[in-house]
Amino acid sequence: MDYYVPPTGFKSVLLKLRGNWLAWAGIVMLLTTVILAVFAPRIAPYDPYADIKVSIMDIYAPPSAQHLLGTDDAGRDVLSNFIYGARVSLIVGFFAAFISVVIGGLIGISAGFFGGKIELILMRFTDIMLVIPDLPLAVVLVALTSPSLGNIIFVIGILGWTTTARLVRSQTLSVKERKFVLRARAIGSGNAHIIRRHIFPLVLPLMVANSVLVISLAILEESTLSFLGLGDPTMVSWGQMLNYAFTRGGVSSGAWWALVMPGLGIVWVVLGLTFLGHGLEQIFNPRLEAHHLSVGKNMVVRGKEGAGDVQP
Amino acid sequence: MSSPKNPPALLEVRNLSVEFMPNKNTHLKAVQDVSFSLHEGELLGLVGESGCGKTTMMLSLLRLLPEAGRITGGKILYRNQDLLDLEESQMSDYRWKEIAIIFQGAMNALNPVRTVHDQIAEAITCHELKTPKEKLDTRVNDLLEMVGIPASRGSQYPFQFSGGMRQRVMIAMALACSPSIVIADEPTTALDVMIQAQILELLQELSRQLGLAVILVTHDLGVVAEICDHVLVMYAGVTAEYGDVDTIYNHPVHPYTQNLIKAFPNLANPLDSLISIPGYPPRLDALPAGCRFEPRCLKAFDRCKIDQPPVYELKDRHQASCFLVEGQK
Repeated sequence: MDYYVPPTGFKSVLLKLRGNWLAWAGIVMLLTTVILAVFAPRIAPYDPYADIKVSIMDIYAPPSAQHLLGTDDAGRDVLSNFIYGARVSLIVGFFAAFISVVIGGLIGISAGFFGGKIELILMRFTDIMLVIPDLPLAVVLVALTSPSLGNIIFVIGILGWTTTARLVRSQTLSVKERKFVLRARAIGSGNAHIIRRHIFPLVLPLMVANSVLVISLAILEESTLSFLGLGDPTMVSWGQMLNYAFTRGGVSSGAWWALVMPGLGIVWVVLGLTFLGHGLEQIFNPRLEAHHLSVGKNMVVRGKEGAGDVQP
Repeated sequence: MSSPKNPPALLEVRNLSVEFMPNKNTHLKAVQDVSFSLHEGELLGLVGESGCGKTTMMLSLLRLLPEAGRITGGKILYRNQDLLDLEESQMSDYRWKEIAIIFQGAMNALNPVRTVHDQIAEAITCHELKTPKEKLDTRVNDLLEMVGIPASRGSQYPFQFSGGMRQRVMIAMALACSPSIVIADEPTTALDVMIQAQILELLQELSRQLGLAVILVTHDLGVVAEICDHVLVMYAGVTAEYGDVDTIYNHPVHPYTQNLIKAFPNLANPLDSLISIPGYPPRLDALPAGCRFEPRCLKAFDRCKIDQPPVYELKDRHQASCFLVEGQK
């Protein structure tokens, strides 16, 4: 016999995405940035890392046919810098967020699941990390280590896990009390098995939705560090572009193009991620779903052709 | 204790006591001094009002009490092995393989994000780690068919099943490791009468086919009378009366059992008015000093207020805790 099976898993996510314009806007905004970053050498008109001869006229040159968005303080093409800058933002954003979510997930799940002393120690540690302002600590850590891309990723990663840990812990606490965990224990499963097969799958959607937020925070943090001059000096990034334009006379010479573009880039990515985060939450959080409370347009077949034939 | 002519019991619980300690100074006696035994293929009915310790006792058989719960005394002998002596790791070998439990409310006992097939398979792989995939699949499909669910539906998720079907899935899961004892903790709550009847029939049939011993926790005295061999009536954590179905229904000796039976509609005399037992069971933090049933008992006398009656062994596998039966044999 065949049964009608409502789609589940990935298919259902795609279905729910269909009408979710917020998520689509986020996806499109993010995707354009990713394409920019991946194909930077092909898209960018100039190579920002090439040695160039600069004359006084090339510095802060306004937009022209040669330089669509003008040049910066070193006579480099702002558009090319902007396109290459997307790489650093995305790399730092994704990898730092990955580190944060892994640390936060581990701490949150262990604290929530094991409880008792383990929870006390882990959560007090989280509280301490939470009340220490991230930025000064990040500045100190980056200053102590050398400001390379890897170090920046590491520093942002190990500072950004606190909210994830708290979220994951609270979700774990609620999942752990559910009947099927007791049932799994009655079956004879050990802690590792229960965490892997029963707790983690139910915490994962929350972690995914949260990681989008963590990525945007990491991107902001990287831009802030670069703006403060703590970025990797060998890599072009949006924060660094802002820093140079700000500290090297971009404002006084009225070179708005050197300031606006990196700012727009940061806003674009962070906004895209926020949209996507909201959209994902609507998809992954069944409590925001309204279909079982309301009548959808496809749920009532009465009145359609052939549906009313049952009555004598 | 069992007389020599009887075969040794599969499960023998002796003087089991369980306490809850929500904080250091509070000891709530949830189960006190309960003894019963269970033989192969036997159906034991466990009845009592809500909150009288039925589920607590069932969970303690598997040592799955919540954190605040402690087993403070007694023995749980499974094939003469005291489960309370086992290490935690040894205990997990007994869980499900020897004693399986069907939880109250199947909706919650299934993981919503994993397929039904997957969850039944989990029970098997937990004990037989290296079961080949094909063998596992056929076993799960057989189990599903056994409880009347088409095997093709195994790939679906619990939310795609009706309440009755989920309960069947739980039964299939309970049978996954061919246990000798299945504890059915109110398997039919939240199901309508038709489905209730189906589920209980299924349990009874499976018990007969597979020689399963079943402990059926329920509020429904009619069901117990119909399918159970023995009955344990609990009141506020103690045994009120324990005996075979015939004794309990036709010659109950404990006033609580007597009233409980009378509180149940009798089809032979449908016009009889039902008796209700006035009052409520005592709260665990305010237990009466004497007999726990004394405040509601119509036959109570002075001694009931002072002493707590012990469990009297009247004859083989018939116990009651009431001063009225003292000296009877």
